[in-house]
Amino acid sequence: MNADLIVFLVLSLITLASALGMLFSNNAVYSALFLVLNFVTVAVFYLLLGAPFIAMSQITVYAGAIMVLFLFVIMLLGTENLAPSNSLPWQKPLAILLAVILAVESIYLVFARASSSAVITAPELATNSMENLREMAMTLFNEFLLPFEVTSILLLVAMVGAIVLTKQEKAGAK
Amino acid sequence: MVPVDYYIILSAILFTIGALGVLIRRNPLIIFMSIELMLNAGNLAFVAFSSVHKSFDGQIFVFFVIAVAAAEVAVGLALIVEIFKTKKNINIDDMNSLKG
Repeated sequence: MNADLIVFLVLSLITLASALGMLFSNNAVYSALFLVLNFVTVAVFYLLLGAPFIAMSQITVYAGAIMVLFLFVIMLLGTENLAPSNSLPWQKPLAILLAVILAVESIYLVFARASSSAVITAPELATNSMENLREMAMTLFNEFLLPFEVTSILLLVAMVGAIVLTKQEKAGAK
Repeated sequence: MVPVDYYIILSAILFTIGALGVLIRRNPLIIFMSIELMLNAGNLAFVAFSSVHKSFDGQIFVFFVIAVAAAEVAVGLALIVEIFKTKKNINIDDMNSLKG
């Protein structure tokens, strides 16, 4: 058992525990905080996989911006605790059963049919350097320039959409 | 050295937890968070494969996924706020106004 594997196992334990904590917390604020922990551990996985730029984007965009937005809306609406409803009592056990089947099936398929001999080695020191970032930027702005521009338009549309949806209609205005 | 299979299995389990969250929770905000968890699981698989193949394509795809997720969350949360303003309640079970 080597050091990389131990780091991987400890981190994946934290990831799974925080994901389950998100799922089973009664308070929505706790769920959001568990999800922040989950995103940060996934960012550490990205660093282990030699993707420093993605790791930093993950922390700033997901753990920073998106989760702050979530916490803001949870507290704004005051919906930390919803009263449990019983409109579909059979749905919960069925959902858990189906999810277990899905997990077992995907793990079985990865081992039995799609098993790969590839291993991921710890990134070299040069991976987390500016050189790596420069290469990625060259790929992004040469090969993927059009998707990049489309993404910027998408973000603009989302911004305008969010403002239009939540805008207060003035009384008497048409 | 960690086999790439382990990363894919971790990603699959995270995706399953996210799907389970969408199915069993009744708070739309937590359903939204579960969707983010599923997107994240997909991203983890992308970066793992990108690391195996020593190519940037997977990482760039993850970059786009993060941007799209940010846009999706902005619009989705605006919709939830608007629904709350009209119905004073955001329980998923009560959102059946379109039912025929």
